[in-house]
Amino acid sequence: MGRYLRRKVAIYLLTLFFAITLNWILPRMMPGDPILSLLSRLATQPQQIQRVHTFLEQSFGLDKPWYEQYFSFWRSMFVGDLGISITHFPKPVTQIIMDALPFSLLITLPAILLSWIVGNKFGAFAARKKKMDNWVLPIWYVLTATPYLWLGILLSWSLGVVLNIFPIAGAYSYQVRREWTSTFVLSYLRHWVLPFLSLFIVQLGGWAIGMRNMIIYELEADYSRFMETMGAPSKLIRKYAYKNAILPQVTGLAVQLGVIVTGALTTEIVFSYPGIGNLLFEAIKRRDYFLIQGCFLFVVIGVLLANFFIDIAYVLIDPRVRLSMGGEKT
Amino acid sequence: MGGVNAMKKGIVLCLILVMVLAVSTFGQRYERHETLYAGGGLWEPPSNWNPMQPWGAVSGTIGLIYETLFTYDPITDTLSPWLAHEGEWVSDHIYRLKLRDGIQWSDGKLMTADDVVFTFTLPGKFPSVHFRSLWEQFESVVAVDPLTVYFTFSNPRYHEWSWQLYQIPVLPKHLWENLTETQVLAASNEGNVIGSGAYLFETYDLDRMIYLRNENWWAKTHLGMEVAPKRVVYIRALSNNVMLGMIMKGEELDVSNFFLPGIPAIKGPYDIHTWYEGEPYMLSDNTAFLFANNTKAPLDDPILRRAIAFAINSEEICRRVFEGMVLPSNTMGFLPSDGWMKYYIEEVAEAFGFSYDPAIAKKLLDDAGYRVAAGGMRVTPDGKPFKLEIIVPFGWTDWMESIRIIALNLRAVGIDAEARFPDYAGYFEQLSTGDYDLAINNFNSRLSSTPWTLYNWLFHDIYDDLATSGNFQRYMKDDIPDLIDQFNEIKMDDLEQGRKIMAQIQELYLTQMPAIPLWYNGMWFQANTNVWQNWPGEMNENKSYPTTWAGTWQLGGLQMLTQIYPKQ
Repeated sequence: MGRYLRRKVAIYLLTLFFAITLNWILPRMMPGDPILSLLSRLATQPQQIQRVHTFLEQSFGLDKPWYEQYFSFWRSMFVGDLGISITHFPKPVTQIIMDALPFSLLITLPAILLSWIVGNKFGAFAARKKKMDNWVLPIWYVLTATPYLWLGILLSWSLGVVLNIFPIAGAYSYQVRREWTSTFVLSYLRHWVLPFLSLFIVQLGGWAIGMRNMIIYELEADYSRFMETMGAPSKLIRKYAYKNAILPQVTGLAVQLGVIVTGALTTEIVFSYPGIGNLLFEAIKRRDYFLIQGCFLFVVIGVLLANFFIDIAYVLIDPRVRLSMGGEKT
Repeated sequence: MGGVNAMKKGIVLCLILVMVLAVSTFGQRYERHETLYAGGGLWEPPSNWNPMQPWGAVSGTIGLIYETLFTYDPITDTLSPWLAHEGEWVSDHIYRLKLRDGIQWSDGKLMTADDVVFTFTLPGKFPSVHFRSLWEQFESVVAVDPLTVYFTFSNPRYHEWSWQLYQIPVLPKHLWENLTETQVLAASNEGNVIGSGAYLFETYDLDRMIYLRNENWWAKTHLGMEVAPKRVVYIRALSNNVMLGMIMKGEELDVSNFFLPGIPAIKGPYDIHTWYEGEPYMLSDNTAFLFANNTKAPLDDPILRRAIAFAINSEEICRRVFEGMVLPSNTMGFLPSDGWMKYYIEEVAEAFGFSYDPAIAKKLLDDAGYRVAAGGMRVTPDGKPFKLEIIVPFGWTDWMESIRIIALNLRAVGIDAEARFPDYAGYFEQLSTGDYDLAINNFNSRLSSTPWTLYNWLFHDIYDDLATSGNFQRYMKDDIPDLIDQFNEIKMDDLEQGRKIMAQIQELYLTQMPAIPLWYNGMWFQANTNVWQNWPGEMNENKSYPTTWAGTWQLGGLQMLTQIYPKQ
């Protein structure tokens, strides 16, 4: 186990280094000057734009040679400084991410987890009921193929504008303040429903289909047949099938959770919901190097952590992995 | 297992406790009839309230909090004293400004002539302040008494000055004099947002900025004016479509300066107020130009540029893309406001102007030797095939649709053209480095007190080969820029002399056709009358220019807030 972990950790650190370096290089290779776009609407004399441009370039350190910028990037990252955002000038990147992250996570995390749980249960259930399977499967296929954007607009239009049950924009009413009161909490929850639903519904279909297919596959597998011939109760057989079928689903879940910090761009746009997805999108469009780096740093860390936990989780939930590691030792 | 259960119970208990606690305190809800919900000028989470960084400051920083010496009303073309009591040229080189007596900063201190001197000479201390070029024209700026400032110019540029008078916000010296260059030019100013205006900085969140009425605002006593909404909640939007739904609901959006497609269709059923009852619904705010890269063959040929001007059907774009909400531009790109049109030389326009006429476009091209080759597209006079790329930023849907039409228009007269949509930073880099053929832009063609602002934007010099703000067509000759400088140095009231120079500029402009005016982008304005009434409009007594965009509140947005009232 120790050697296994050491090797994993070493690989992860290496990946981290290369991924972060790529994050630094790629935005800078895109054409476009972030400070020019920042100043593009300033009405003044051109020679003055040059002065302001130079001043800002110096304050961002973008006038230094690339290797100096690269090393100072690593230096400041180790003290938790991700720089100043260009599009949100002069707000620090760390603060921007920390402000927006809670809004994003509170939508995406429940949507992913709940759709995963419900989808798995429902999928496993449908796999055994031929009749139900016949009509529920097409629905799932439609759901999983539905673009988030389209469903979002549909929900917002029907439940928001026409029926006027839910609000269509913002994380909480523009009439209340963000403070710990019932007014705020209720308002937040009302605003939470539609964005959550739009993610939950689409993802549900995908998880359910995956689980249904896996269960059918496992129930057809040799070991299930063998158990059946041996006269094992079908409940027991289903239990084993479920245990095997859940493995790929766990991997899928981890992948989803790993990139969760990027938020849900289309959902945010459709519901004018504050979150990190749109910030990252705008940052890329406007070449906000520092914000791009900051967001992707969290993505890289998220993906690596998720993978790491999956490796650990497999040891716990899959006896075969556990045994193979035991074999390695001897 | 017992431990896990106990923990679960604990968590559930905690949650319930939190819920109970939360429910037991009621939060404040802004009184609906005291609150104005506005939007259209905020696309990023609020992060900057620094009036010395107009490119980044949240809409309202200048206008609602920090105020300018003058205001300009584009509807009546009047420049009116605001913080100033009066201002006039007492000689050719000296401008005397008198401040109103008894204006208070929101921290209680009095505004004096020293504050004005401090503000206007700040670029002397920090050269990167954006109005340094104005400062360079000063010989001296002196306060002779607590309310009077004398600006002595070495080389007065009257038109530029008239514009700067309503652009530069006056700063409280006592709060700014000890700030460093970084604090002035690279900090958000949060915690130091003390101005003289009708509103105070109250709070903000990722998707909103909230202003609270300044009950001690000077204009109440001096001008008998009061802003009606106690609070202005300025909403940050992520897409226009959401805002369309919001304005239809009218619950949390009263006034919108978004470009919302479909207004002609929903205006009636949802009772949405616009400036005009019928087409074009919106006032014109700025001119969209098609910039042609004058340094790149074959667009370096003025005949080809003129042919393009004749080939484009702006009328069709206005109808199909904008549903009649914008008007085609006149031949000069002059906005239909008195401040500019008094310098529009009709004879020059008639003699050298253009209008949509593909037959003339074809004839111009034929005569100049752009013959039609096999395949139906034209080649240059020396026989080379060419293709023009037209660019606008990706996602700017109205412009994307427009250049598709323009490409069709050009192909119809035999000019091979294609629409392309790079993302914003890519678009702007192509534009500023001159690495493009044709592009639409309108960034500083805004309505103003003088057409000098338009021409300054279109023709100022390019430094370091980078067109940062205008002159994207890269006009390198001196003739037009020299004339623009001459125009700038003519007094505002000397219309005759001004028109003489304008006639020369406009003739050169139309014969060179460096950039082609297309249509007037609208002063997008939609209001819901559920809560607030008496919105500005053509037929209403309230005729304030209905803008809430950053840096334009002093054109009428603030006035608008003093004239609306809640429904009884």
